[in-house]
This record gives sequence, structure tokens and C-alpha cells, in this order.
Amino acid sequence: MTEPQQEWTETIESNHSLFDLKLAEVWRYKDLVYMFVKRDFISGFKQTILGPIWFFVNPLLTTITYLIVFGKIANLPTDGVPQFLFYLSGVTLWNFFSSTLTGTSYTFSGNAGIFGKVYFPRLVTPIATTLSNFMRFGVQFILFLCGWGYYLFKGNVEPNIWVLMTPVLIIMMSLFALGLGMIFSALTTKYRDMQMLLGFGVSLFMYLTPVIYPISSLKGKYRLLADYNPLSPIFECFKYGWLGSGNFTLAQLGISGAIILVILAVGVVIFNTVEKTFMDTV
Amino acid sequence: MLAIKAENISKQYRLGQVGTGTLSHDLNRFYHKLVGKEDPYLKIGEANDRSTKGESEYVWSLRDINFEIEQGDAVGIIGRNGAGKSTLLKLLSKVTKPTTGSIKSKGRIASLLEVGTGFHPEMTGRENIFLNGAILGMTRKEITRKFDEIVDFSGVERYIDTPVKRYSSGMYVRLAFAVAAHLESEILIVDEVLAVGDADFQKKCLGKMGDVTKGEGRTILFVSHNLAAVNTLCNKGMVLENGKLIYDGMINGAMDAYISSGTTSSNMYVSESHDENDIKEIKVVNKEGHLTSNFYFNENITIQILFTIAQEFVEEGEIGIRVTDQKERVVFSTQEKVSAFTKTGNNLYRVNCAIPKNVLVPNSYKLLTALHVPNKKLLSVKEDAVSFTIEETGTDFHMYNGADYGCIFLKCKWQNSNN
Repeated sequence: MTEPQQEWTETIESNHSLFDLKLAEVWRYKDLVYMFVKRDFISGFKQTILGPIWFFVNPLLTTITYLIVFGKIANLPTDGVPQFLFYLSGVTLWNFFSSTLTGTSYTFSGNAGIFGKVYFPRLVTPIATTLSNFMRFGVQFILFLCGWGYYLFKGNVEPNIWVLMTPVLIIMMSLFALGLGMIFSALTTKYRDMQMLLGFGVSLFMYLTPVIYPISSLKGKYRLLADYNPLSPIFECFKYGWLGSGNFTLAQLGISGAIILVILAVGVVIFNTVEKTFMDTV
Repeated sequence: MLAIKAENISKQYRLGQVGTGTLSHDLNRFYHKLVGKEDPYLKIGEANDRSTKGESEYVWSLRDINFEIEQGDAVGIIGRNGAGKSTLLKLLSKVTKPTTGSIKSKGRIASLLEVGTGFHPEMTGRENIFLNGAILGMTRKEITRKFDEIVDFSGVERYIDTPVKRYSSGMYVRLAFAVAAHLESEILIVDEVLAVGDADFQKKCLGKMGDVTKGEGRTILFVSHNLAAVNTLCNKGMVLENGKLIYDGMINGAMDAYISSGTTSSNMYVSESHDENDIKEIKVVNKEGHLTSNFYFNENITIQILFTIAQEFVEEGEIGIRVTDQKERVVFSTQEKVSAFTKTGNNLYRVNCAIPKNVLVPNSYKLLTALHVPNKKLLSVKEDAVSFTIEETGTDFHMYNGADYGCIFLKCKWQNSNN
């Protein structure tokens, strides 16, 4: 008797391709992405009275703090843009980037309980985190629009056609955060040192990014340092489009995009490698 | 038709802590990979035996496992603690990948290593059904279609819109299992999730799982310490011992292999003293005369004792055994006059004590063996020198799991009353 030719639908092996993202599988789990986003939303505001209003309170209070500390006390320049709007735009963008980065970097260590018990494409988790933060950004962006509308009405800001770049900028930022986050999440599974590094690294990184100052205020080697930061042209382009003052070139933006893609690719490879065995080392 | 085929799967783990040493090994491994050599740490490693102190930092939790599972089979995976059962399940459910080898499968594999994975305490029962279902690989459409059935099975309808953190732990488990029980996958992998929940619910779950294999023709892999449950649910069995597959076949054979597998050193005692009055040797053997420490409920247990006794005590001396269970309850004692035996050598006696089958309920027991002159002199006593276990493989008691039904099963005479 000969064995009938068996058709296998799945193979679990020790070796695998580095770039095999299994995107089709991720797509099959799209409902899980939705449920994770929903969970983040619900768990964030359960048993709070103000609920989603907290989305507004956070950037508003941060902006006011910056306004006082950096604007009034330190007297940092804002390139002629109303200080409130300048800080608000910086805070809105930065919040999106930093919370996406921190969120995705906890992918493995924060979900070890689930990952250890059931399989689903691990990529679902950082994607869901990014989407949750994206939605939060959307809400906070409304706040920014309100502030911006007020100053526009008063004639203090002059937006231009670069406003249309906003979606591209946001996507670039989220990919950057996702890529970096995946790298950190993969490294933290074995070496917790990375979590320490990331903790203060993110807050230091903010000072390297034109969030609370315009890049034009930097001179010499500091300017060079900030120029190498892929986030700089993104922030400057955003401020240029909406507020009418920013300092970037299209080439810089292109280089940023290239760096981001490289980091994303590295992130995907590392993430893919770690995903298979991280339960043994976490 | 095969559902799963595993070829040469092994899994290596590194013992000890992840620390500074890890980085150097990682770098070394990376270097070997770069120059195209084999991983240097795969060559070393030893079988996973917890009790002995090993030489190597690396252990093989599973080593060269090969098996095939037919579609529609319910396979019980049994083995002592640390035999590699959970590791095997983790590999099958893709939680972690094997160090070597491959597993091929036909159809969707759903694993239930835990019930309620990903349940969020702040979310309501309804939301958690959707979340948990999605984690287990169901689509929204599937869950919506089965929602009423799931709620019905769980029996927590009234609380369905309450956050699960307000649930009693029983309700929580019920809801979680209900979701899992309605998974539509061709292959279902179940770890000891039944260890939770009350007896009623356990029965319901076992029933549901039975339906799944018998009625719907799905393949089930079931891991449990509850041999009784494995015995009723599964038709095939695999026995793992120290990371190796020692049996693969029908469930009855698996039970036998399991029971004879975990024999511990405590089934034999050899005295080192040279006293004139001494219990030299105690052995626990089965009906074939093989040393063992695990028995079925319906299996005779024989205690072989070798002792020497001075001539002056032979007339009055007695040899006795006292059996104590895990809770330190003395179950019974039995003794016999030395003069009832014939000696086999120079004051040397070799005697057997047969403990009847179908009496001691499944449990672990230890023996106190004593040579004495009643009320006068204790000649030799060996406390807890040997022990044995009666395994629960589906006796009348397993449904009372956890209840104290005593230590001895007695067949009493029951009949209609005449008045």
C-alpha cells in the first residue's frame, strides 16, 4: 500500500526566512487588530469621569507648561509664531511619536503572558499599538486645529500648500516609531538594559528634535546633530506648512524617508528573528 | 489521512539566568553563523533530568521526537513532571519554534494552553468574548454567529455586560472555556485547562471535548495529569519521559507505559547495618516480580522483605508493615509471626506481603516496616523506607477529585431491606 500524497497546510520549522512577514496571515487576523485597538481605548478610560476628554487635557497642560518654562522663563525663540501654537504643534507631534515608540517597544515584554499561551502573528500587536496611537493623535489633532483656527482667524499664522504633506509626515513618523519600537522590543526580550535606555532615551531625544525650539535657532555643530535626526525635517515641514515658518529642504525630507525605511527594515528583520523563540528568553 | 507529522523535533534550553554570560554565547553563536559553521552549543546538552545535577548549562527538553497523528484521533500526551509535555505543546501551538526538526500539519491548529488568554478585566463579558475569540484566531463573523451559543454554554448570561473583573473566578473560567470550546479548528491542542472549575463544569467540558472528537471528526491533542480524563477522552496515547517519546500507540498501552515509567528509587531499600536483627532489604514489586512504584487500582502490590533475626527472638518475633498515605494518615497495618516462615539461610528470612488489589484508593503511600517482639522489644524499624503510588486511571473515584472519600475502598454488601 502506498501512502497517498499528503497535502500539508502548515509547516513549523526551526529555520525561516528573515523577510517573511506573513502579511497575508496578519490580514487574516485583522479582527484581532481591531479588538486590540478597542481594548486599548476601553481600558484607557474605564472608570474615569472625563473619559476621552483626557486626550485633550494631556497636550493642553503640557503645552501650557512648555509655554511657561521654555517660552516665558527661558525665552526660547519661536520664529515669530505664537508661542502657544508653536508648542502645541510640537507637543501633538511628539506625543504621537513617543507614545507609539514606547508602546511598540513593550510588544514582547508586555504581552509575554498572551504570547506564551497562544499563537497569532506577533506583528499584530505593534500594528495595533500604532493604530491606537494614531487614533489618539487624531483626537489631539482636533485640539491643534482649534488652536490653529483661532490664530488663523486672528491673522497670526500663514499656512501654505505644504499643509497637504501632513498625511505623508504622519505616516513617516509612525513608520519610524514602529521600526525603532520593534528593534527595542526585540532587544528587550533578552536584555532588559534596552528598556532602561529607552526610558530616558526618549525624553532626551525630544531635545534633539525641534519640538520646543525652531531648528533655525541652532548653530554650528548642534545644528549638524539635529540635521541628522530624521524627525527634524518632518517637524519643520509640519510647522512650515501649518504655521508658515520652518526650515527644511526636500532633500532632507527624502533622506529622512530613506533612513526611516532602513530602520523599519532592520526592525522587521530583528522582530521576525526574535518572534520565534522569544518565549525562551523573555 | 494524517493531521500532524513531526520529524526529529528537538528543543534545547539554556539553564540558569540570562546575564552577562549570555551575550558572549550569543556573539559566539552569531560568529559561527557568519562563517557558516554549525551552532557550537547544539552539540552539547544533556537529557532533561531535574533530579540529577548536570554538567552542561544546556539541556534538551525534547530530543528527536517523531510521530504521526491521524485525522480524527484524540491523542493523550502523558508523562511525569518535566517530561517535556508542555514544551511539545508549545512547539505544536507555535508559541516557540523547535531547535531542530519540523512539524507539518493539515488544517488550522488552535491551541488552548490556558483559558481566558488575553481577557481584560476592565472589559465586559461580551467584549472579552470577542477579544478572546480573536486571539484564538476566530473572525468577528464567526464569533457573532456563535455568540448566543457561547453565552448559553457559559451560563453567565446575566453578567454578560459586566466587566469580568466583577466575575467570580468560576464564572470567569466558564466564560473563558465557553469561547474556547466553540473554536472551529481542525486540530485542537488542549493543556490542563480542566484543572479549573467545579466538578460539574469539568464534566460538561469533558463532554464537549468528547463531542468534538467523536461527532465532528476533529483531531485533539490533550495533555493532562488527570489520567482518568485522558483515559476516557482519548483513543491514542503518547508517553514522554525525560524529553524522549517512549510510547506512541493505543491509549491502554500508553497507560501501561506511563505507570511503569516513573519508577523512583524509593521502590527499594537496602540496609547498610550489620546488626544481628535487621531488615536487610525491602522491595516493592508488581505481579511479574518487577521493581516498580506505580500501580493500577486493580493491581496486586507485593512487598518483598529480607530480614535477619537472632535465634532467641524467632519464637516471639513478628514482622509488620504500616501503610501511611500522603496526608500522614495511617491507613492500616498488617503483621505476621516470624515463626510462621521458614528461614532461607543463617537466620535469614525472605518473605512476601501481598497487598490486595481494589482496596487502596489512588494515592501515594509510604511504608513503615518493623521487626519486633510485641510489647517487649523493637528489633529493627525502617520508617518511610519505601513508597508506592496507585495511579488514578479512571476508577470510580476520579469524579470526586479533591473530595475526601477515605483511603480504602470496601466492597460492602448492599441489598434491599426486607422490612
